[in-house]
Amino acid sequence: MAEPTITLNVTRYRPGQDQAPTTQAYAVPYKQDWVVLDALNHIKDQIDGTLSYRWSCRMGVCGSCGMMVNGVPKLTCAAFLRDYYPHEIRVEPLVNFPIIRDLVIDMSDFLDKLKSVKPWIIRKEEKPVAQGEYLQTPAELEAFHQFTQCINCMLCYAACPVYGVEPKFLGPAAIALGYRYNMDSRDQGKEQRDVIGNHDGIWDCTFVGECSVVCPKDVDPAAAIQRSKVDTTKNWFQSILMPWGER
Amino acid sequence: MTTEKTTEPFWWALFSAGGVVAAFLVPVHIILVGFALPLGWITDTGALYRNWWVKVYLFVLIVLPLYHWAHRFYFTLNDIGLKPINKTLAVLCYGGAIIGTAVTAWILFKV
Amino acid sequence: MSGTRPDPSKLYRPKIPATWWLRKKSYFLFMLRELSSVFIALFLLVYLYQIYQLTRGPEAYVAFSRRLSSPGWIFFNLIALLFAVYHSVTWFQSTAVVLPVRLGERLVPRQIVTALHIGAWIVVSLGVLILFLALKG
Repeated sequence: MAEPTITLNVTRYRPGQDQAPTTQAYAVPYKQDWVVLDALNHIKDQIDGTLSYRWSCRMGVCGSCGMMVNGVPKLTCAAFLRDYYPHEIRVEPLVNFPIIRDLVIDMSDFLDKLKSVKPWIIRKEEKPVAQGEYLQTPAELEAFHQFTQCINCMLCYAACPVYGVEPKFLGPAAIALGYRYNMDSRDQGKEQRDVIGNHDGIWDCTFVGECSVVCPKDVDPAAAIQRSKVDTTKNWFQSILMPWGER
Repeated sequence: MTTEKTTEPFWWALFSAGGVVAAFLVPVHIILVGFALPLGWITDTGALYRNWWVKVYLFVLIVLPLYHWAHRFYFTLNDIGLKPINKTLAVLCYGGAIIGTAVTAWILFKV
Repeated sequence: MSGTRPDPSKLYRPKIPATWWLRKKSYFLFMLRELSSVFIALFLLVYLYQIYQLTRGPEAYVAFSRRLSSPGWIFFNLIALLFAVYHSVTWFQSTAVVLPVRLGERLVPRQIVTALHIGAWIVVSLGVLILFLALKG
């Protein structure tokens, strides 16, 4: 009896050759425990070596294998074939990003934005090593911990319609990571992360909320953005009504 | 904080206040004005609206959600592709809310 | 390590249509939520107009109220009410996300925060109703 198969309809785009992306259908073996990434690896190894895509850890911690699976941004290492079988699966590159080739997108915009929020501890004065380590209570850790879980997979950017219509928008992950550092008790760099409070920072966000829905690590960037709006607004009113005050 | 001189926090604060007022109070007023009175479930001559505390309440009830609408609608129009004319949209939306504020104040004062 | 950037002339940039919000249920519901603000504003303008009638005397006020009993107005107010309720529920859900509530060490679950807001909303609405009936004269 022939082994059951499942069909993947995969975007192909050859730079310099194709005017626009096309779709190529591949029939791969259907296995109970396979994920879409396994199917793509099978295609590359056994059927068509020219297919290009990113992947690495295959276990949901590196953030490399994000793609659109039936129109939903997903980590292909976490999308099980059995959840789609026997229907065909559409695999496309993450939307809202330019396509380099096949399923590989250009992430330079995201990397620039990530850098712009200065995602590192900023101190007014470094604590000398002799004074020992920074101490943090469990409550202080809890204030920012969930936002440290971001694996930079960019599924949130693919889910965000605002980023789709306004490419200048700083975006969910970058803002969530800026917020992570602003909320870290060791950090003193909030004023330097001014890109967050600019027009294309938090203020472009209209709280659609899809970013948090698709996030594979439950970072909840939507919450980070809305809470940043509250913080920024409080600070703004304080600086207007009490300009002599210390921030 | 912000190196850009943005007044966004001000409009967002009004949007939020309007959202709270609308969320808690508008539905019951729709029931009163849109159904209870017209359909005769209750009768009313409007005498209550001459009271100054009631006027303050009505001012808050009507004006704040106008700023909620202005901010939300402005961003909606931007999101459906009208961003190129966003300065005009800002004047129409926020300007509309400001005009609405003045008209509401004037009417409540006259009643 | 500076890394190389892809050749921009070979990148394919898909266009996002202005009807992006019709392509996904979650986007459509988002748009409905945003549009609720329009109906809330429209209703409040109708209410303001009704209050304005009082400057012409109580008969004008009552007459306008009677006009609101026409099927067209009832339909408008029904739509406005549905949108207003949708705004209220989604607003309270958003509040739970934006303002986390801590009880000692534990975080209060979002559904509970939302439910408490809905409870408060019902109490406030009843309060308005009772005050109106008591004070309208």
